[in-house]
Amino acid sequence: MRTMGGSVKDAILAMAGKSPWGSSPGQGGGPEGDDTRGEAGGGGEKPRNPWLPGGSDEPGTTGRKAANIEDLFRNRPGKRGPGGNFPRLPQAPGGRSWLPLIGVGVASLWLLLGSVHQIGPKEEGIVTTFGQYSRTMGPGLKLTAPWPIQKVEIEDVTSIRTDTIPEGEAEKLMLTGDQNLVDLSYIVRWNIKDLKLHTFQLANPDETVQQVAEAAMRATIAEVTLDQALSGAGRAQVEQSVRTRMQALLDAYRSGVAVQGVEIKKADPPTAVVDAFREVLAAQQDAQSDINRARAWAEQVTARAEGEAEAFDKVYAQYRLAPEVTRRRMYYETMERVLSQTDKTIVETGGVVPYLPLPEVRKSTKPPSASASASSPTSQGGR
Amino acid sequence: MDAIWQSYKAWIIAGGVLLVLVWSSLFVVPETEQAVVLRNGRPVTVVNKFRPNQDFGQTGAGIWYRLPIIDRVVSVSKQVLDVDMQRQEVLSRDQRRLEVDAYARFRVIDPVRMVQTAGSTERLEEQLRPILNSVLRQQLGTRNFQALLTAERGAAMDQIRSGLDKEAREYGAQVIDVRIKRADLPPGPSLETAYTRMQTARKQESDTIRAQGQKQAQIIRAEAEATASKTYADAFNKDPQFYDFYRAMQSYDTVFSGQSEKDTSIVLSPDNEYLRQFRGGR
Repeated sequence: MRTMGGSVKDAILAMAGKSPWGSSPGQGGGPEGDDTRGEAGGGGEKPRNPWLPGGSDEPGTTGRKAANIEDLFRNRPGKRGPGGNFPRLPQAPGGRSWLPLIGVGVASLWLLLGSVHQIGPKEEGIVTTFGQYSRTMGPGLKLTAPWPIQKVEIEDVTSIRTDTIPEGEAEKLMLTGDQNLVDLSYIVRWNIKDLKLHTFQLANPDETVQQVAEAAMRATIAEVTLDQALSGAGRAQVEQSVRTRMQALLDAYRSGVAVQGVEIKKADPPTAVVDAFREVLAAQQDAQSDINRARAWAEQVTARAEGEAEAFDKVYAQYRLAPEVTRRRMYYETMERVLSQTDKTIVETGGVVPYLPLPEVRKSTKPPSASASASSPTSQGGR
Repeated sequence: MDAIWQSYKAWIIAGGVLLVLVWSSLFVVPETEQAVVLRNGRPVTVVNKFRPNQDFGQTGAGIWYRLPIIDRVVSVSKQVLDVDMQRQEVLSRDQRRLEVDAYARFRVIDPVRMVQTAGSTERLEEQLRPILNSVLRQQLGTRNFQALLTAERGAAMDQIRSGLDKEAREYGAQVIDVRIKRADLPPGPSLETAYTRMQTARKQESDTIRAQGQKQAQIIRAEAEATASKTYADAFNKDPQFYDFYRAMQSYDTVFSGQSEKDTSIVLSPDNEYLRQFRGGR
């Protein structure tokens, strides 16, 4: 390479019509560069035209000389150095190769990445040595043997995972114990209680949790009636029962999963029959308003009775003090009121046949029975 | 570099060959798998075979050896796997249709037999699925619809599990659990009749509630009347004679007076009590 670089330079210089030892700064470090160094150093003291090749300034001249194309071209190969047209790694001190240094760097990087593990506060790490489980690491900065020997799988263990079943708003009908259908959606909250089991025991733990939840919920709902499933108290019972069932199943699978809670998000009658359920609510309202109306009426009736009884008692108390006088007074007062507002006809008895001009007496069309019957209580009351 | 190559050529080649040899004769069995080493198609060893209640770390997992080229290693899962049954209609003993969706959990306990019969766990799942279907159908068909829904499911599941387990043992697998994930009424007439039944049940409930409300209202009214009656009787019974007079006076007032038009005529005889004084008194 070096010889080739030199020959190219020589050729260019020859083309420019200058001596190969002319005025090149030749800092590239080749054998030719050593030759030119002496001359290049001669003109290095004062400010130069940057476009000018360094060595072309003659010590005597003071003004700046414009660079000609030859000068520019002449210097190109010199500036590039003898390495040819592509960059080259700088040489290691002492002329040795970089290879061992790179090797050491890669190795230490591999050690660093493969053996230092940052485990977050909520996480745990499973360490396997050639596939075999060796230990579980808690949070912190932990060391292991590097990659092909030991492997670390870090998993979040304390965070609660939430599964909503079913996903979305679709209707999910379940059969209750009384063979009715209920539209149910619920949430399962769980986390990992044993990372080792969770990692190794089940083929797909997340899906298992969902399937187990589904089976447990169905089994539980099949044991309660529709009304229980819809009511608040029944729901709490169902939630508790599902949780217990799920935990029992997951423990039986040795899944390492802890069910933190099951919440029924929605328990509604199916949309097809929801009107009938609303009708029940309406009926309850109706019944209540019937009862309310009856109560109001009852209040009125009893209050009136009490009022009248009380009034009678008061009058009676006075009557007891002076029975005869009170009786008379009441009689006359009533008669006054009655007779002052009615037409009166007094018929003298004793042989005279009374003539009753009924059509004239009665101006209105009141039935005669009213007047006929009226006379008898009046006479009775006097007794 | 050239110099190193030239002087240690033999060693480098020997090292490479050794590396390749070691690489191909060692293999890693993770905790989640068991490995069957086959020599000319015949199983020789089983590495990390499943044993119940064995703690991880004490299992046979880890690095193991084989004869390169001659031995073939087949990995079989050691984990709990599942077979999902497709949704299918099952007829109960009382001829009612039910759409059932079930799953079975199993694990390979005899990897050699598994490798010889099914070959791989996927194939095993395929083999088990129809068996699960038929066992399920057979067992559920002997039960009433109501029994399928409720507590008897437990017993049914146990029988289905043992039925499936017997078949699965042939493939070196053990069935841990069978669960009915869903048991739904199939869409169509069954669902419609269920809806109708629910609707009529609700209708019955709402009618009952209304009737009960009316009944309550009637009772309340009657009770009020009785109370009022008692109140009247208690008060008036103190002096029935006076009550008669008192009430008569009230009655006259109500009937004869207070009317704006004088449309009532009263014919009085001079013998009337009221007119006693009218006649000059006695």
